[in-house]
Amino acid sequence: MALSANADFKTRLQAWLPKLVLSPSLAMVLVFVYGFILFSVYLSFTDSRLLPSFGWVGWENYSKLWRLSHWETSITNMGIFAALYIGICTVLGLGLAIFLDQKIRGEGFIRTIYLYPMALSFIVTGTAWKWFLDPGIGLENVMQSWGWTSFEFDWIKNRDFAIYTVVLAAVWQTSGFVMAMFLAGLRGIDNEILKAAQMDGASNWNLYRRIIIPQLRPAFLSAFVILSHLAIKTFDLVIALTGGGPGRATELPATFMYSYTFSRNQMGIGAASATIMLMTIAAIMIPYLYAELREKK
Amino acid sequence: MGFLDIDNATKAYGSVEVLHNVDISVQEGEFLVLVGPSGCGKSTLLNMIAGLEEITSGEIRIKDNLMNGVHPSRRNIAMVFQSYALYPNMTVGQNITFGLEMHGVPKAEREKAMKEAAALLQIEPLLGRKPGALSGGQRQRVAMGRALVRNPDVFLFDEPLSNLDAKLRVDMRTEIKKLHQKLGTTIVYVTHDQIEAMTLSTRIAVMNGGYVQQLGTPQEIYDKPANIFVATFMGSPAMNVVKATVAVENGRPVAQVALHDGSPVALPFSQDNMADWSGKEILLGIRPETITDEDAADRKSSNIAHLTNRIVVTEPAGSDTFVTMTLGGKDVIARMRSDADVRPGADFSFAVNMEKAVAFDPATESRIAP
Amino acid sequence: MSVASQDTAIRTGRVMRTLIYLVLLLFTLFYMLPLYVMVVNSVKPLDEITGGGMMNLPQVFTLEPWAKAWSSAQIGVEPTGLSPYFWNSIKMVVPAVAISTVLGALNGYVLTKWRFRYDTIVFGLILFACFIPFQIVLIPMAKMLGLMGLAGTTWGLVLVHVVYGVGFTTLYFRNYYAVFPTELIRAAQIDGAGFFQIFWRILLPSSGPIAVVSIIWQFTNIWNDFLFGASFAGADSQPMTVALNNLVQASHGVKEYNVHFAGAILAALPTLLVYIVAGRYFVRGLMAGSVKG
Repeated sequence: MALSANADFKTRLQAWLPKLVLSPSLAMVLVFVYGFILFSVYLSFTDSRLLPSFGWVGWENYSKLWRLSHWETSITNMGIFAALYIGICTVLGLGLAIFLDQKIRGEGFIRTIYLYPMALSFIVTGTAWKWFLDPGIGLENVMQSWGWTSFEFDWIKNRDFAIYTVVLAAVWQTSGFVMAMFLAGLRGIDNEILKAAQMDGASNWNLYRRIIIPQLRPAFLSAFVILSHLAIKTFDLVIALTGGGPGRATELPATFMYSYTFSRNQMGIGAASATIMLMTIAAIMIPYLYAELREKK
Repeated sequence: MGFLDIDNATKAYGSVEVLHNVDISVQEGEFLVLVGPSGCGKSTLLNMIAGLEEITSGEIRIKDNLMNGVHPSRRNIAMVFQSYALYPNMTVGQNITFGLEMHGVPKAEREKAMKEAAALLQIEPLLGRKPGALSGGQRQRVAMGRALVRNPDVFLFDEPLSNLDAKLRVDMRTEIKKLHQKLGTTIVYVTHDQIEAMTLSTRIAVMNGGYVQQLGTPQEIYDKPANIFVATFMGSPAMNVVKATVAVENGRPVAQVALHDGSPVALPFSQDNMADWSGKEILLGIRPETITDEDAADRKSSNIAHLTNRIVVTEPAGSDTFVTMTLGGKDVIARMRSDADVRPGADFSFAVNMEKAVAFDPATESRIAP
Repeated sequence: MSVASQDTAIRTGRVMRTLIYLVLLLFTLFYMLPLYVMVVNSVKPLDEITGGGMMNLPQVFTLEPWAKAWSSAQIGVEPTGLSPYFWNSIKMVVPAVAISTVLGALNGYVLTKWRFRYDTIVFGLILFACFIPFQIVLIPMAKMLGLMGLAGTTWGLVLVHVVYGVGFTTLYFRNYYAVFPTELIRAAQIDGAGFFQIFWRILLPSSGPIAVVSIIWQFTNIWNDFLFGASFAGADSQPMTVALNNLVQASHGVKEYNVHFAGAILAALPTLLVYIVAGRYFVRGLMAGSVKG
């Protein structure tokens, strides 16, 4: 805001205060987020190992990375995990929201129960499911002690199935939250439209399929964006539930980056993997944020 | 030199100019209404007077002091907002005295000023309440109380009545007018409602597209609108504007207008100089209340024209009946007494008070007569 | 069910309703299951668990596992129990939540009521910071904390959590203040209130609902964080989550599942409590901010 010469000091100060107040946060974000991102991206092109080093190696870290079977496992797991996690959470969230939207007795209570896992740490969730799924003491043991002696459930110890236990625990933790998002969307739909559709003779099935669910598009989009970014950032849950094992069966990019950087002293490769994670999230988030912020203008 | 001077004021956002070279001089004690459709720049102008928006070029002076760049709180103005903008967390009393407190007025004086304002507006019983517990009309009074205690040079009102229901709006309108008469303060008042503008103001600035279209007393604006915009914006139902051709008959200039069947009727002008337009097309403006049945024609008028035309629709409105006919190829509304014997489809003999008729240049849309 | 339909105009038949209740009940059990397992097994002796009784109610009720988890379990090399880490977490969470909420409130105020050129871009930059995978900042952050002399300290963690939390708090307050009538700010300006007076006297008294949202959100996120704690905490600043993980993953000795469960509940208790006590204010506050004006 350009002030004319007539403005007194106090008025000028008032005009600058807002920017002054905002500047610490902005400076913080510029240094600790964007500065650090540049630094990490730069490191991914260097020969850093135990400590940051500045010997330029070009794309070498990236080409090494993509030849590592460890990374390949992480990426494959990410694909399986993200697809199932996002898919199941969305379907479950929408389904439960629709059911809960039928004037259910004790809706508030049920909602509280569905949502509380969101308040827990992934470490707690991981611990609880880790022992519940453990064949030695958990579900398998319980079933056998109840007399179903042939019951077997050892997914968490099984290389081919362990990743699905990660999906199970993650879905348990976040599906209630997705349900709440859809429920808010359902409550936002104009009741008169529904009445009009009923006058037109639409059955409940058609009402949902043709009128209601199409109107939930914003909720679907938000759910997708939030779930996909959570999926890519999933780290603690794997650490607590399986520790990335058995073997490397449940490694994800986030755990890969951590172990390559801090345990294996391959900082360059770690930085390269982090860069790829960032790019993936950016590809989803930036268009979304851009559209959101533009709309509000 | 006026009390409040707006001198060649312009407002631009980036390269888009939204207010163009506004010149208004307001005298002390005047009630100026800025009226126009939404987006005409009236609120922007008010905010510039308040200091809530920077002035891009030009000057605003209050009591001859340049106000450009002066903080709103140092202009000695008070403002009543459309939403009343009462602080929700403070009581009515605190709302009223907040400005005084910010200006460092001692508590005893604040209390005294508050009591006076509250008495004037009859809101003493409300002083301890929160705004959320007040009705629309009460909020309106509190907002005015907050402005009054400051004893400002200029009061600014930004559409203060538009959130009230129709009946309350009329009551508060009277209230504001009484207050102005009693206190004699200088007021700038923004509204989109032309009736509010007419009833409240001592002068009106009609605005459109960022320009002041006309500045004048309510009577001037109504009787001699500067152009077609002003003519049709002020007045309800709006002024009828129809195509006409000027001719000279028996030495008098007349407007030839087509009746419903296309046959022409001659309506004589009261202004002789309309003869200069002979043979040319003009736009003829006729207010609905100047078209009546023969019995109700204005006896004081020296120029009543007569025409027989077919009635298309009648709309009884209690005190009046609105009658629609086709004139000059357009729907024209006449405002009749409610007991006039009008029936749709019938031919009816109308009296037109041509003394009140206005002629516009079709090219520039500016008034050419009277 | 009531006749007047405010929530939904949809009517369902009796069979369908029974089915719906059945499904909802089933999922209630699903969501309660881990909590049940944790609670029940945290108050029984270890042999009841290993003997296949994980789902059973305790035959012998004991608080021993809780006491052990709190004060004497082996965490890393020291048999301190989780209690010192619990206080570490508190010492980290309280200042981090307070600072990030205050900053968020001020940012939201500026970004909605004192708009300037490119303010949306500034907001976008701040907001995007919430969503980055934190792996991308781990290496430089470790270096920076070292340079600032904050490596391994609680204040280092506070700084980290403020930096990466301020985006969320700014988002909440911005959305909330966006629907706060700007005319009130203008009225206060004309009344002579300055930048901070307006914030303090006009905006803040009405900010209760969104402050609750911001505090709950930040408290939950920071308390539950593992990545930053594991990466940047020193021996005497490790938060609860890291300690719990160390307890559970310890590879030596007998696995004391009952102690693990008790520890897990201890780690979950603060956030769970906040959720139960203030959860509905959280939802209400979120709604207040998102209702389009």
